[in-house]
Amino acid sequence: MNTIADKRTRRHTIAVLVDNEAGVLARVVGLFSGRGYNIESLTVAEVDATAHTSRITVVTSGTPDVIEQIEAQLRRLVPVHRVVNWTTDKPGVEREMALVKVAGQGDKRVEAMRISQVFRARVVDTTHTSFVFEITGGPDKVDNFIDLMRPLGLVDVSRTGVAAISRGPEAM
Amino acid sequence: MDKDGMMNRLAEDVVTLSGAEMVIRALKDQGVAHIFGYPGGAVLPIYDALFAVEGLTHVLCRHEQGAVHAAEGYARSTGKPGVVLVTSGPGATNAVTGLTDALMDSIPLVVLTGQVATHLIGNDAFQECDTVGITRPCTKHNWLVKDVNDLSRVLHEAFQIATTGRPGPVVVDIPKDIQFKKGAYVGPESVSHRTYRPKTEPELGSIVRAIELMAAAERPVFYTGGGIINAGPEASRLLRELVRTTGFPITSTLMGLGAYPASDPQWLGMLGMHGTYEANLAMHDCDVMICLGARFDDRVTGKIDAFSPNSKKIHLDIDAAQINKNVRVDVPIVADAAKALKEMLHFWKTQRRKVNAPALKDWWKQIEEWRGKKSLSYRQSNSVIKPQYAIDRLYELTRDREVFITTEVGQHQMWAAQRFKFEGPNHWMTSGGLGTMGYGLPASIGVQVAHPDALVIDIAGEASVQMTMQEMSTAMQYGLPVKIFILNNQYMGMVRQWQQLLHGGRYSHSYSEALPDFVKMAEAFGCVGLRAEKPGELDDKIREMIDVKRPVLFDCRVDPKENCYPMIYSGAAHNEMVLSDAGDETPEVTEEGKMLV
Repeated sequence: MNTIADKRTRRHTIAVLVDNEAGVLARVVGLFSGRGYNIESLTVAEVDATAHTSRITVVTSGTPDVIEQIEAQLRRLVPVHRVVNWTTDKPGVEREMALVKVAGQGDKRVEAMRISQVFRARVVDTTHTSFVFEITGGPDKVDNFIDLMRPLGLVDVSRTGVAAISRGPEAM
Repeated sequence: MDKDGMMNRLAEDVVTLSGAEMVIRALKDQGVAHIFGYPGGAVLPIYDALFAVEGLTHVLCRHEQGAVHAAEGYARSTGKPGVVLVTSGPGATNAVTGLTDALMDSIPLVVLTGQVATHLIGNDAFQECDTVGITRPCTKHNWLVKDVNDLSRVLHEAFQIATTGRPGPVVVDIPKDIQFKKGAYVGPESVSHRTYRPKTEPELGSIVRAIELMAAAERPVFYTGGGIINAGPEASRLLRELVRTTGFPITSTLMGLGAYPASDPQWLGMLGMHGTYEANLAMHDCDVMICLGARFDDRVTGKIDAFSPNSKKIHLDIDAAQINKNVRVDVPIVADAAKALKEMLHFWKTQRRKVNAPALKDWWKQIEEWRGKKSLSYRQSNSVIKPQYAIDRLYELTRDREVFITTEVGQHQMWAAQRFKFEGPNHWMTSGGLGTMGYGLPASIGVQVAHPDALVIDIAGEASVQMTMQEMSTAMQYGLPVKIFILNNQYMGMVRQWQQLLHGGRYSHSYSEALPDFVKMAEAFGCVGLRAEKPGELDDKIREMIDVKRPVLFDCRVDPKENCYPMIYSGAAHNEMVLSDAGDETPEVTEEGKMLV
């Protein structure tokens, strides 16, 4: 063999800058489903209205070989301007927002409130029997918060998926 | 110039046309001479604009799949894009097989589909389908044009994207109201795509590393593919120069046949599942593999983790996504094949590189030993026509002419690839990646449209050819004297072969108990029908087929049980080839192997 291939699966955050044209998201998503790659989260919005560009941030997982293929296949799509892997190409910061609904009364309600303060979550809706928390952070932090809320009456979660950007003064 | 004058000048530059007229104008501006199509409700305005046009010939096929395959044959035999015009709904869905075929084999096609009017899109209108949705995964790119002022730009972009970089099919979906509306037409020169920039220039550092590896090689082999053909005749010429300069052996994929002349002593024949013993053993044992315009397809590599275990690999491809996809390589070169080959030759000469001659001599000695196995030999018969014999006679009796060969898919395709000797590029048209039965007959029609005076032969099987048989009617309508040479063994031969080898001889639904009388069928179409049943009559019948200046269906009755060898069984490695089904050397197919297609 030429090289001992690294078979370890790792999570990668990949940003794709695309022309904001009809069907471009379907091209990106179709590429993942058609070639059997996994999408863990997906965030899409127009980022420059005058240049008609949108930014798609995909969190995926795979071995280094698979990730190399994913990036190459993305670059092949005609409306794609740039592809950057924040996990391997350059250091980035990533954030995700989640709305987390917890229902309950008594000690559990107090404990949910106490933990939300530790995580710097905000309360955006409250009733006598429920809270909706808004939490922002890396995906791991959001995961942890949700796990902690589970025994305290977790009833619903809505996550935005990851937004990521590079450290330092340069653009993507 | 005053302001009014400026406005007047601008008004003169802008041509106002209907959408349908724009389509015709754009095709002419792109140098298109032939289109293949089938009319229907959603493209009537375009057909109306086509009615009185001169210099643009429309070939009416009998099915949209046939139109797309014909365009593929046209494209592959000319290097120019094939153009197709079909209607919405079933017109578009019938084109999907051809689009996928062209995507897999990197064939430049521009397919124009009609669509229901924009205000009806999404309403489940008559003959509506989500054409861009359906064709997104089987095109290089596609567009739905919702503004007539975008139409000419999109059409020119479509030609640019189809023909540059790694070529491929594109679809432009044009709603019927857009075909009627008037708008501004722009010419091809004023169009520049916002994002599409295919990389064609090689990095010289990787060229130099490749040359170093080649000069030090003891057991080198060139492994070339369809990318050389797609890069144009200059790439084939440069390949020949490089191969002769180095003296290295060369093999090729199914798609690459003809890029290097089969009569040359350095040619090892095709490699892969039904490749020659010497080609596959050279691939397995080489120390430097120079892969040019091929993509390490599973039909080529066999068992992937036993593939050429001790070689350094150079991989030239215009598509960066092919690098390290199936096999990790040591020196990647992402570039146009002709440009990269030119640089390789340049550096080889200016750096005064020499091959390792003593090692190369030993390597050739080894290869000659493998060649001595004569892996393409077969047992001749006096009573029944062996399919291999039929191909050999077809080759011998046509070799003094310019001959283009298309095929269907199956045993006959492999026998044709193994035995027909191609001397130049663009003369061999076969469905490689997708393996589309029914490709060859319509493809031969496209080839004949482009080369009216050449001898165009579809080497077919009786099963495949029935999938697109209706296109004989197209051949008649346009006086295209294609020769459909059917190796009729009454079985889906390759299916039968696999059932014999992998499924205990249970020939489940691979025998056609009722076949048409192909001679009568030919006559029904107005073509010429010929039949050969004995080896002794074959030559005369083939000569008759060549001499007839009309389309011919040739029913060549061959041995129904002949298997195609040599063969690498599913899940086996290159050095585990089976040369014939004579007895004990037939290996067990592994459970893993049975899972593979």
